[in-house]
Amino acid sequence: MLGLSILSLALMATDHFSDFLDEFRASLTVIVTPVIVVADIPRRTVVGLQGTIATRDHMQSRILSLEQELLLLRAKTEKMAALTSENDRLRDLLGSAAKLQDNVLVAELIGVDPDPERHEVTIDKGSVDGAFVGQPVLDAEGLMGQVVEVSKYISRVLLISDLSHSVPVQVARSNLRLVAQGTGMTGQLELMHVQATADIEIGDLLVSSGLGDRFPVGYPVGVVNRIEHDPGRPFADVTATTSALLDRSRHVLLVFTEDRMDRNARNANDGRSD
Amino acid sequence: MMAGAIDIRISGLVVIVASFFVAMILSVMSLPSSAPSVVGYLRPEWVLLVLIYWIIALPHRVGLVVAWCIGLLTDILLGDLLGQHGIGFLIVAYIAQSLYQRLRMFSIWQQSLMIFVIVGLYQLINFWIESVVGQAEWSLWYLLPSVVSALVWPWVFLVLRYLRRIFNVT
Repeated sequence: MLGLSILSLALMATDHFSDFLDEFRASLTVIVTPVIVVADIPRRTVVGLQGTIATRDHMQSRILSLEQELLLLRAKTEKMAALTSENDRLRDLLGSAAKLQDNVLVAELIGVDPDPERHEVTIDKGSVDGAFVGQPVLDAEGLMGQVVEVSKYISRVLLISDLSHSVPVQVARSNLRLVAQGTGMTGQLELMHVQATADIEIGDLLVSSGLGDRFPVGYPVGVVNRIEHDPGRPFADVTATTSALLDRSRHVLLVFTEDRMDRNARNANDGRSD
Repeated sequence: MMAGAIDIRISGLVVIVASFFVAMILSVMSLPSSAPSVVGYLRPEWVLLVLIYWIIALPHRVGLVVAWCIGLLTDILLGDLLGQHGIGFLIVAYIAQSLYQRLRMFSIWQQSLMIFVIVGLYQLINFWIESVVGQAEWSLWYLLPSVVSALVWPWVFLVLRYLRRIFNVT
């Protein structure tokens, strides 16, 4: 009893203050992976049944709407290609580094943290797929969070709305740099240290600023939905709703930015040379 | 004779492991996304209930070491600090082990009351650890799982006792 208690305390301390146990953790996660996969079966079945039971009419209207959406997105992509080349040319003229091309990997959500206080999800990609700690995660609408724990086949993702998560952003309209912190409420962010005179309005789009070297530049993070000036306090009280559908997206994208992959490779090499 | 005894031991082990497996699945199963977040607090501590049952029923087979190992796996499963549930489960197992003779004599509702106290203590330990690490903010919601666990206990108890008798786990 006493021995195991002391061992638990030692484990907790080690786990909290260092990443020494990460390997051990990752290997234990492989043991519990079946639990997570089986726990996802009911949802999977329901989704599958919805697919088989759906009526022909419903399917046809769905196909139609998807085709329309595809057309719309194609048109946008065409414009995008032109804009990208123009952007590249302008950057060449400015002599700055070309915009990094981001590669993505589609992952599926297979679990949600049962603790409502914590905004964490489990996805079905792990170190065998190349996922790494700190990797940015997107959904179709915007930035979702980052990978915080990787095991062989699954990883855990901390969402941007978690109380302990912050993301550097900038206002797309005025380029004002800010930090958006999670509030612990789904889909709600709080902007820290906004000057009372700052150029920010309700409806402003916030995009990731790329500062801090964790998230790539320019992905939508949220939209400002409330600004309150309290004369008694030095900063304005500003909140935003996340662009990503944090509690609804089932498919997410893991982002591989080229410079980060280079850095990882370099770190790996450094590790070997020691 | 010898071979038969070993067979029974192995089948018993399968039942015990399977019950923990199911309890772990229940404790991470995701709720429909349309459910309000309050529902998340209504989840009983399935793994803990199953552990307490086996300690009361088979104290010679399921003891502190098993409790601690299950606790570690729960840590991994929930992504908590390694050892957090380990120590919680250990303390719960210690209490259950020292009370098992008395708990066996209790009626099922008296047992529920004890479960409420034990799970409440476990929640408190969890909360202490989380607040030391700096993740938690106290709210009365923390006590809700112990109430729900106490209400769920009679069914867990009856189902597991039924299984134990059917499969003759000793």
